[in-house]
Amino acid sequence: MRCAVTLLLMALLALPALAVEPSEMLKDPALEARAREIGQALRCVVCQNQSIDDSAAEVARDMRRAVRERLSAGDSDTQVFDFMVARYGDYVLLKPPFKLGTLLLWLGAPLVLLIAAAAIMLTALRRRATAPLPPLSDEERERLRSLLGR
Amino acid sequence: MSRRLLFLLPLATLALMAGFFAWSLMAGRDPASIGSVMVGRPAPRLDLRALRDGDKPLTDAMLRTGKPTIVNFFASWCTPCLAEHPLFTRLAQRDGAVIIGVAWKNKPEEARAWLAKLGDPFLHAGQDFDGRTGLDWGLSGVPETYLIDGNGIVRFHFRGPITEKDVRDTVLPFLKGGKP
Amino acid sequence: MIPELGHFALILALAVALVQGTLPLIGAARGDARLMALGSTAALTQALLVIVAFAALTQAYVTSDFSVANVVANSHSAKPLVYKISGVWGNHEGSMLLWALILAVFGAAVALFGANLPDTLRARVLAIQALIGMGFLAFLLFTSNPFERLSPAPADGNGLNPLLQDPGLAFHPPLLYLGYVGFSVTYAFAIAALLEGRVDPAWARWVRPWTLAAWCFLTLGIALGSWWAYYILGWGGFWFWDPVENASLMPWLAGTALLHSAIVVEKRDALKSWTVLLAILAFSLSLLGTFLVRSGVLTSVHAFAQDPARGLYILAFLLTVTGGGLALYAWRAPKLTSSGLFQPISREGALILNNLLLCTLAVTVLLGTLYPLFLDLLTGNKVSVGPPFFNATFVPLCAPLFAALCVGPFLGWKRAELWPALQQLRIAFFVAVVAAIVAAVAIDSRSTLAAVAFGFGVWLIMGSLVEFAGRLRLGRAPWSESLRRLRATPRASLGMTISHAALGVVVLGAVATGAWHLEVIETLKPGEKTRIAGYDVTLVRVDNVQGPNYVAERAILAVTVGGRPFTILEPERRLFTVQRRQVAETAIHSNGLRDLYAALGEGDRNTGWVVRLYLNPLAPWIWLGAALCAFGGFVSLSDRRLRIGAPSRRPAVQAAE
Repeated sequence: MRCAVTLLLMALLALPALAVEPSEMLKDPALEARAREIGQALRCVVCQNQSIDDSAAEVARDMRRAVRERLSAGDSDTQVFDFMVARYGDYVLLKPPFKLGTLLLWLGAPLVLLIAAAAIMLTALRRRATAPLPPLSDEERERLRSLLGR
Repeated sequence: MSRRLLFLLPLATLALMAGFFAWSLMAGRDPASIGSVMVGRPAPRLDLRALRDGDKPLTDAMLRTGKPTIVNFFASWCTPCLAEHPLFTRLAQRDGAVIIGVAWKNKPEEARAWLAKLGDPFLHAGQDFDGRTGLDWGLSGVPETYLIDGNGIVRFHFRGPITEKDVRDTVLPFLKGGKP
Repeated sequence: MIPELGHFALILALAVALVQGTLPLIGAARGDARLMALGSTAALTQALLVIVAFAALTQAYVTSDFSVANVVANSHSAKPLVYKISGVWGNHEGSMLLWALILAVFGAAVALFGANLPDTLRARVLAIQALIGMGFLAFLLFTSNPFERLSPAPADGNGLNPLLQDPGLAFHPPLLYLGYVGFSVTYAFAIAALLEGRVDPAWARWVRPWTLAAWCFLTLGIALGSWWAYYILGWGGFWFWDPVENASLMPWLAGTALLHSAIVVEKRDALKSWTVLLAILAFSLSLLGTFLVRSGVLTSVHAFAQDPARGLYILAFLLTVTGGGLALYAWRAPKLTSSGLFQPISREGALILNNLLLCTLAVTVLLGTLYPLFLDLLTGNKVSVGPPFFNATFVPLCAPLFAALCVGPFLGWKRAELWPALQQLRIAFFVAVVAAIVAAVAIDSRSTLAAVAFGFGVWLIMGSLVEFAGRLRLGRAPWSESLRRLRATPRASLGMTISHAALGVVVLGAVATGAWHLEVIETLKPGEKTRIAGYDVTLVRVDNVQGPNYVAERAILAVTVGGRPFTILEPERRLFTVQRRQVAETAIHSNGLRDLYAALGEGDRNTGWVVRLYLNPLAPWIWLGAALCAFGGFVSLSDRRLRIGAPSRRPAVQAAE
């Protein structure tokens, strides 16, 4: 892990072997399209931040093959994802499942938005209710005085 | 007063985040660790051709003998496997450990030659040439090692080579107690 | 000798920074003009010293002085000159030195161009700038000395990471740092204002050029990084939601919010404490990015080598700068009162909505980036947060932002009517809807979302143009009148129109490339051909090529259209001999409307080579738009009001316009 002090672009090392290869692809274009889409949502478990679709790692290749085998066997997309989660855990999903542990991840930002919007509106309402009139300037006071004829 | 608290909110958020960062750095958390979902579960299916001529093929029964078993995935092309191999040899010879070896994505003759050269600590050895069994076991690469108790439940999953420390702190106690 | 000189210059710079960071502050507190004046002199001296240090390291790189450990680790005598220079910042120590350099130069710029600032404010800004500089200089000297010698000197170096030997990545870090570090000035202004207890329209106007400059550079830096990823990674993507990309996106979002909220302070004397907070956050998020990349708390494709000791130092530094700033904020900001009142439907209201959405976007990115870390520490569960997550959360949040973006400029200050504004936009709305329908029907009937997003891109462009046309009374007044109005238009509004429309250009490019690209992956033997979108592509041959410090396989792909020669694409796969690493060099034919993109995979004469071809519609618009966006910022920066920029501080509330 501790290599020389350079930019470590580890995952990219094996890159030119370039991800999905023609030999792996399914004959049925619709099925292959589904496989590609699933592949883009599954994480290559030994890479830094790549989907199995983008990765040239051995295990990514195996996972791509497994995805295609499951699809050919008639699995639904969900079943394919479950198949992978059973082996590699939620870690393998690039889109984390919505459950207790990820509640804050999914709802954190919308919550911030709601609370902030509510706070802004409350402040605006309160300000409108309580805003004191700005004090008269000397000029205005002068005009007022002249208007009132004093 | 509540207005003042509002202005403290950014600072509090920062403190919380910094706490996590410090925790992560101090605890030496490895961000590359991917964990394992196998631990605590029955060992996945094992059904492989034997690596050595005249050997029995690998079966699930070999993992449910009542004795703690070590399953090691290796390959002759894998450099870290070289580093951990003497530990397995010693575990087999000195500590009488039951070790099952699986040659992952490895030509059988190359794996056999590798074992012939470095010593063969495996009671049973199988070949997983296409990596399908590895996938079923949640393997990310080689070497990886699983400690399986007598009932066939996975108790430990090491990703990467095991070290002297792992043997001392985990493997040996596991072999003695059967439980971590 | 020269490296020692550089080292010595750094030590002196630290000493000068110490003076600059303390005495002017004392001077400002006591009203001592001599101590305050010290700030400017010290800032210039410090900049000079860091320039000397940086020049010394550059010299070591250019002459391949392998007695310097840093040069050995990151350079090689066979490297082309330009990459010897870019190698200076292609590593941890050198890039930190670049940070320190830019920081010092920004400080000197404040000293040079800040003649119109009140003495106390200038003194305080320079002092804060120096305190930040001290952190970086001490970090360099005590943990990451780039001038360390190696004895005996090896015959040659280890070479620079091949991926960095690329024009895109060579100049990506300096631009990015100009952005990150530029926000330090904004931060310094915010802290100085809190110390003075005074934030007013004049302050907002003084900060604006610095924020704008930082924002422009950051925009360019991010765009360059994305462009690099696009042509080097070899599968046609342009944004990967990698932690390092996210780290640069967060300060950009905060900086964009700041640019807008500062306008409210400037024009309407409202939103003060919020603006100050954003100014602190923009720089804090820049530092956070640096921390994430260098500490090893997250893995990333781009992460620097990890060192916990350095991580702890940067964390302590981050905590000091951000924590100090936020503590001061918690203490002093409640006293900042705003005088400008306004209705929810008004320019102010629109800008608040803009800030709300931009900050929510930043929170989304922050949560997505850090959540795996939090969850792992708390529960031991491992999750991954990747592109599908951000597509599901970040992208939908952009919709209201884009929708409101065009409406805002039509609303007047203080109080406005929504309906007349919308009516003025009806042409833009109509064109956008038509574009979306055309996209849905003609291009891709499966992805309605892409079509809607495409419509948003058109809306952004049209809405900005309609607003500008309205400003010129184009078509409703004689040409001469429109021309006169064009000349009279402040550069700031011109810049706004350009940047807003440019955002639309980026959206169009991103949507079209992301949703409607075509892909062909095939194994070809020499002489075999394949077809992508009307282009016939023949693999003529694969040559072996010898580069200066690499060997490569170069495919000659002849592209024909209807039998006529169209172009030749020559993608390469390079093996860098020193590091034994392979890098894909893609070949791209761009006509401004689409990219024809080819990458060469593995193969040999017998089995053939894997060739990947992409047709990426409007892909060039992503970077064209981003560059245009930054250009709009620069146009705004050239506004007279900022250049002369000497608004005398008015005693009380500024009258509404």
